[in-house]
Amino acid sequence: MGQRVLLIEDEPNIIEAIRFILSRDGWTVETHADGATAVAAVERKRPDVIILDVMLPNKSGFEILRELREMADHAARPVLMLTARGQKKDREMAEAAGVSHFMTKPFSNTEMLEVVRRLASGASGAGADEAHV
Amino acid sequence: MLRFNILVLACLSYATLLFVVAFWAEKRAEAGRLGWLRSPWVYTLSLSVYCTAWTFYGAVGYAVRSGLEFVTIYLGPSLMMIGWWWILRKLVRIGRVQRITSVADLISSRYGKSTTLGVLVTLLAVIGTTPYIALQLQSVALSFAVFGANDPTGAVLPDLDKTALWVATGLALFTTLFGTRNLDANERHHGVVTAIALEAIVKFMALVAVGVFVVWGLSDGVGDLMARIDASPVSQHPIMGTRWIALTMLSAAALITLPRMFQVLVVENSDENHVFTAGWAFPLYLFGMSLFVIPIAVVGLEVLPQGSNPDMFVLTLPLHYDHRVLATLSFLGGFSSATSMVIVAAIALSTMVSNHIVMPIWLSSRSGGAMVSGDVRRVVLYARRLSIFGVLALGYLYFHFSGGSEALASIGMISFTGVAQVLPAMLGGIFWRGATRIGAIGGVVLGFIVWAYTMFLPSFGAASGFTPELLANGPFGLTFLRPQALFGVEGVDPVVHAICWSLALNTVLFILGSLLSFPRPVERLQGAQFVNVFEHSGSTRGWSHGFAEAEDLLVMAQRILGPAEAQNLFQSEAEAQGKEGYLPDTTPAFIERLEREMAGSVGAATAHAMLGQIAGGVLVSVEDLMAVADETAQMMEHSSQLEMKSDELARTARQLREANEKLTALSIQKDAFLSQISHELRTPMTSIRAFSEILREAGHSGEMDAESLERFSTIIHDEAQRLTRLLDDLLDLSVLENGQVSLNWARANLHDVIDRALHASSEAGGGVRLLIRRTELSEHIAIETDPDRLAQVFINLIANVRKYCDAPRPELTIHVRRKNDDRLQIDFIDNGFGIPKDKQAVIFEKFSRLTDHAKAGGAGLGLAICREIMANLGGTIAYLPGQGGAAFRLELPRVRLRD
Repeated sequence: MGQRVLLIEDEPNIIEAIRFILSRDGWTVETHADGATAVAAVERKRPDVIILDVMLPNKSGFEILRELREMADHAARPVLMLTARGQKKDREMAEAAGVSHFMTKPFSNTEMLEVVRRLASGASGAGADEAHV
Repeated sequence: MLRFNILVLACLSYATLLFVVAFWAEKRAEAGRLGWLRSPWVYTLSLSVYCTAWTFYGAVGYAVRSGLEFVTIYLGPSLMMIGWWWILRKLVRIGRVQRITSVADLISSRYGKSTTLGVLVTLLAVIGTTPYIALQLQSVALSFAVFGANDPTGAVLPDLDKTALWVATGLALFTTLFGTRNLDANERHHGVVTAIALEAIVKFMALVAVGVFVVWGLSDGVGDLMARIDASPVSQHPIMGTRWIALTMLSAAALITLPRMFQVLVVENSDENHVFTAGWAFPLYLFGMSLFVIPIAVVGLEVLPQGSNPDMFVLTLPLHYDHRVLATLSFLGGFSSATSMVIVAAIALSTMVSNHIVMPIWLSSRSGGAMVSGDVRRVVLYARRLSIFGVLALGYLYFHFSGGSEALASIGMISFTGVAQVLPAMLGGIFWRGATRIGAIGGVVLGFIVWAYTMFLPSFGAASGFTPELLANGPFGLTFLRPQALFGVEGVDPVVHAICWSLALNTVLFILGSLLSFPRPVERLQGAQFVNVFEHSGSTRGWSHGFAEAEDLLVMAQRILGPAEAQNLFQSEAEAQGKEGYLPDTTPAFIERLEREMAGSVGAATAHAMLGQIAGGVLVSVEDLMAVADETAQMMEHSSQLEMKSDELARTARQLREANEKLTALSIQKDAFLSQISHELRTPMTSIRAFSEILREAGHSGEMDAESLERFSTIIHDEAQRLTRLLDDLLDLSVLENGQVSLNWARANLHDVIDRALHASSEAGGGVRLLIRRTELSEHIAIETDPDRLAQVFINLIANVRKYCDAPRPELTIHVRRKNDDRLQIDFIDNGFGIPKDKQAVIFEKFSRLTDHAKAGGAGLGLAICREIMANLGGTIAYLPGQGGAAFRLELPRVRLRD
C-alpha cells in the first residue's frame, strides 16, 4: 500500500493512538493540529485519505470540509470525519458537507483501519495520478 | 525700641497660626462641615489677595511720588466689581460649567482646547508674575531689615538675601502642603482660602490702625490733617487725565487677568451669588485700604528724616515713635499682604505649568500616550509640587539678581500690563462667537512682544541692551522703533505708551486674525459653549457615539482619578445603564461626564487630549459639530433634547434586543451544554478505548516492547483521571447550581485561608515558578464563611494563573481590602496579557476555555464553579478589566448572611 493519511486533530493522545494503528498497517501518517491552516496543509500534502476532527482550534471541521469540497482538486478526496459530539445533527451536517465517512469517538481500532483502507482503495481511481508522483 | 528677636518670634507665631487655621479649615472641609467656609464673606475677603505688599507698603510710596494717582489701583477693580459684574458672573459660570482650572485653561479651552494657547498664556503668566513675587519677597526682607536697623542692641542686621530665601522656602512648603492636598481643582483649597481671609483681616486692621494713629495720634484729627495735606508736596502733583484713564482700565483688567485673581475669583468660587456680595463689599474693603494712604504719606514726609524710603512709611512711622504693638501689627499686615499673594499666585501658576507644560510634554514623551503604565495622578501631583517650588525659585532668583532696588509701584504696573495681554482673547472669547484661535494666538503673541519691548525689557536698564541711546534713537537708528515712542508717537508717558500700544495692537491683530481665519469645528463648538453659557445648562457636547472602548477609557481614568474613584464612576454609570459588571457603554453622555471629571484633575484641554488619544485622533464627527455650532442657541437647546431622546430610544431598543438574545441563548444553552458534556467525556474515552484495544492485541501477539507498554498504559491512566476530574467538577457544579450544597460555616482568618490555598496550589503547581505578591498585614480579617469552599475558589484562581499567565516571570498580586464594615474585596491580579475584551463576558460560563484543549488540561469549569461557590457564600466574582493582566475581584460578606 504505502499510501499517505493526513490526520487533522488536536488531542495529542488521540493522534498518538491513530498514528500507531495506521503506521503499523504500513501507512504514512502526517498530522496537522490547527483548523485555520488545515486547508493549506491538504493543498500542500495531497494525502490519499484525510481524517478530520470536528472540534478544532480556530476553524471547525465542517467548515474545512466545505471549503475542500468547493475546490476542484479536493472535491473527491476521501475524508473520514471523527467527532466526539456524535449527535444526529452532526452526522447530517457532515453528510450535507460531503463527507466520505462519519465516525463518532470513541471508535473501534479495527473499524477505523477498515474504513481508511476502503476509502483509499475507492479513491485510488480518482487520485491515482497524483498519489504516485 | 522693639527687639528684633521678638519680631521674629511674633512672625513665627503668626505663621504657625496660619498653618493651624489652614489645617483646621481643611479638616473641617474634609469632614463635609463646610458651614461658613462657603460664606460670601470668606469669598470677599479672599479677593483681597489683590492687595499685595505693593498696596500695603507701596501705595504710600506711590502717593509720595505721584500724589493721588495711586487711587487708580483701587478704582479699576471697584469699577469692575460694581459696573461690570456681569463679566465676572459670566466668567464664574463658565469656570464652573467647564471646570476651568486657570486663565490658561480658560483661553485654551475656549479656542478649541488649543495646546499652543495654553502654553503661551502660561508663559506669559509666569513671566508677568515672577517680578511680582520677587517684589513680595523683597518687601518682607526689607521690613525685616527696617526692624533690624532699629534694634537697640544693633546686634542683628539680617541679610536681605537670606531672609528672602527663608521666606520663599517657607511659602513653598505652605503652598505645597495646602495647595496640592487634593487634585480636583473643584474641590477647592479651603485651607488656603481661609488662611488668606484671615490675612485679609489682619492687613486691613493693620493699615487702618496705622491710619488712625496718624490722624488722631500724630495730628489733631481730620481738620488739622486736611491743612497739612494742603501744605504738603503730596498734593502738588498734577492729575494727568490719560494716565488716570489708562491706569484705571489696566487695574480693572488686572482683576480678571492676574492669575491669582482668577484663582480666587473663578476657580475657588463655590457659589455664583457670592459675586453679588463681593460686588459691594470688596470695593468697600478697597476703599478702607486706600483711605489712610494720603495721611500716612503726608505725615511721614513731614516727621521722618530726609531720605527715608516712602515705601516703608507704614512701618517706619510707628517705629519712629517707638510704638511697638502698632509696629508689629503693621509688620504682620505687610507680611500678610506679601504671603497671601505669593501663596495664591504659586497655586495658580503651578496649576498652569503642570497642566499646560509638564503634562503635555510627559504625555507626548510616552509613545502610546496614556495607555502606558504609570500613574498620571501621581505625576500630576509631583508636577504641581515641583512647579510650586519652581515658581518660588524663579521669584527668589529674580529678587537675587535684580538687586531688588526698583520702586515697588513700577514692578506692579509692569506685571499688570503683561498679564493684561490675555484680556482681548478672554473678553473676545466669552462675548464674541467669531473669535478664533489664530486671532487669539496672534493677539497674545504681538501684545507680549510689544509689552516686552516697550516696558518689560527697558525696566532692566542698560543691562538688557536697552541703553539710553537705543531709547533715544531706536534700534539700528530706526527712529520709528524707539521703545518709548513707537511709530513716532512722542511726548506720551512711557507707561501709558506701553499700555496703549500693547493692548491696541493686541486687540487689532486679535480681531483681524479672527475675521480672516476660519475656526476649526472644535473651536466653533467651544465658542458657542462659552458665549452662550447662560442659555444652556452647560453640557460639553461633542463626543460622538462609540468611538472608544470602555476598557481603554477605564485604564486611563484609573491613572488620573485613582483606581477606586474611577471604578466607582464606571460602575455607577454601568448600573445607571442597567448593565452588569464594570464597563458601561461609551455613550456621548458618559464620555462627557468622564471628560468633566478628568478636567477637574488635569485641566480641560489635557483631559480632552487624553480622551482624543484613546479615540485615535478623531474627536468628533465634523457634521455633528458643524450642525451644533451653526445653530442658534435656541436651536442647540432643541437639538440637544432631540438627541437625548434618540439616545434614549436607542438604549431601549438595545435593552430589548439584549433581553431577547438572552432568552434565545437560554434555550440553546441546554442543547449546547449536553453536546459539550458529550464532547468532554468522549475525548478521553477515545484515547482510553484506542489504547486498551492496542494493548489487548499486544497481549494476544506478545509483540510489544516494555517502553511502549508503559507509555500506553500511562496514557490510559491519565485519561481516566481526567475523566474522573471532569465528573467530579460536573457533580460539584450541579450541586452548587441547585443550591443543594451543604456549606460548613466557620470562623476563619482570611490570611490562613489564602495561605492554605497557596500551599495547596504550590504542591500541585509543578515546575512553573510563580511569584506571589500580597499585603499580609491587611489580610488578617476574621470572616465567617466556608473556609474549604473559599480556599477552593482561591486555588482555582491561582491554578488559572499557573496555566494561562503568559508573562516570562509570572506574578500574582493578591490584594485584600475592606469595602465597608460588612464586605471585603479580594483582587487577584496577574502580570500576563489579560483576557481579551470579547472573551471577558463568557469566561464564567461552563466549558468556556479560551485556549486549546490540550494545553489547559481542564474542561473549562473552574471559573463557573468559582462563580457558584461565591454566590453560595453570599459574594460575587467578576472580571476586573483594565488592570494590565488578568484580574478577578471577589466580594465577600464578612459574616454569614441569614435569609
